[in-house]
Amino acid sequence: MTTENRTVVVTGIGAFTPLGGDAASTWEGLLAGRSGVRALEEEWAADLPVRIAARTAVEPGEVLPRPLARKLDRSAQFALIAAREAWADAGFTTAATAEGSPIAPERLGSVIASGIGGVTTLLDQYDVLKEQGVRKVSPHTVPMLMPNSPSANVGIEVGARAGVHTPVSACASGAEAIGYAIEMIRSGRADVVVAGGTEAAIHPLPIVAFSNMMAMSKNNDEPQRASRPYDKARDGFVLGEGAGVVVLESAEHAARRGARVYCEAVGQGLSSDAHHIAQPEPTGSGVARALAHLLESTGLDKAEVVHVNAHATSTPQGDVAEIKALRKELGEHLDHVAISATKSMTGHLLGGAGGIETVATVLALHHRQAPPTINVEDLDDEVAADIVRFEPRELPAGQIAALNNSFGFGGHNVVLAFRTV
Amino acid sequence: MAQDKDAVLEGLAEIVNEIAGIPTEDVALDKSFTDDLDVDSLSMVEVVVAAEERFDVKIPDDEVKNLKTVGDAVDYIVANSNS
Repeated sequence: MTTENRTVVVTGIGAFTPLGGDAASTWEGLLAGRSGVRALEEEWAADLPVRIAARTAVEPGEVLPRPLARKLDRSAQFALIAAREAWADAGFTTAATAEGSPIAPERLGSVIASGIGGVTTLLDQYDVLKEQGVRKVSPHTVPMLMPNSPSANVGIEVGARAGVHTPVSACASGAEAIGYAIEMIRSGRADVVVAGGTEAAIHPLPIVAFSNMMAMSKNNDEPQRASRPYDKARDGFVLGEGAGVVVLESAEHAARRGARVYCEAVGQGLSSDAHHIAQPEPTGSGVARALAHLLESTGLDKAEVVHVNAHATSTPQGDVAEIKALRKELGEHLDHVAISATKSMTGHLLGGAGGIETVATVLALHHRQAPPTINVEDLDDEVAADIVRFEPRELPAGQIAALNNSFGFGGHNVVLAFRTV
Repeated sequence: MAQDKDAVLEGLAEIVNEIAGIPTEDVALDKSFTDDLDVDSLSMVEVVVAAEERFDVKIPDDEVKNLKTVGDAVDYIVANSNS
């Protein structure tokens, strides 16, 4: 626990996802139960075991000027677009380094994570080296492929000098970034932090590598039905790409500048499994410990929790282990919690998941609506919980809280909590 | 046969436009790559590689630091081009 426990709030959101080029269109897509999964039309996909993925709804090259875009890996392009949206949404009109900025650069941080980093840049430039020779390898390769590149580019964009960070924990990376950002503010190291996750790994090598782990859905004939968390027929995750970013701010700083507040960012719960490098701990005990850590360290009353944006990637083991963990820690109260698996629509954004799912969780509290989980046609008997299926669900009035779960290969467990103000 | 100076400037302007997004008409002989044209040291490497290909010229790494202005680059290319 920190000595200076300052309240943290969310004052801005941004998203660049398979459902839309901003947070509003993404939210609209989620409520409508729209799938962002498509057949991959690229020539290289023709002979792969997995030929489906959830590409971003908008090409980043249509948003960013070409001279900028060509110096950024696709993952950094996504992050920059989402961060710009979140920054403007929070009411900031200039970088913190500009004269008259309401936030001093020394009090501003950036924490954007990616699970894999600039993997397409790395692989593409290796192709350039082999096919076109030494001289043609881009001098921008290193700053493009390094996993801290999205965070650093966003930090430069907004003028963040309190610290730029990139926690890496596979598919928990985005959530860990947001948790880290909350702690930066709670501990007094910053007043405002731009935080989130991004991923751009739709390339034959990552697809084949995940596929050979038996982790991906091979439902190539029905792309929109392939990501089906909690359904009996689920057969693995569908790879998605994009970014989700929030602006976190101390409540005091937000009040002082009259910022619009979406909700409180209550805090994070963390744990690790020490079980297997790529398998979830089957009883969910690690996840349960993360949730227990959250409740204990923040004092959040579990009775306030009415919604969970679950990690639920549509894998046979993981989806069930997560529900067991929630049951273990929330007990009978779990029956009053509306659980949504938005990966059924967005696919799994790996390190970007915690970013876009935090945006979804914040908007669920803000609009008091839990998005649906699509494709749950035949609910797994082992999923003994209230899954929001087919249609969005209205959330109760009064003070309510929601959780966003993210877990990563390596046994990383992150639970984030948000609460209405 | 040496390249025509105007043709080299025009070609270089197109390269700088492609890499840094600067309008071709702003790429003049007296402009500094770093101070005026938003070409940092990394992008300068791209400019050099593109110029080598376009003008059939070798620009050694040691020489790049001497090419501060567009005029420096045009003069070097005109003097050393093989085409």
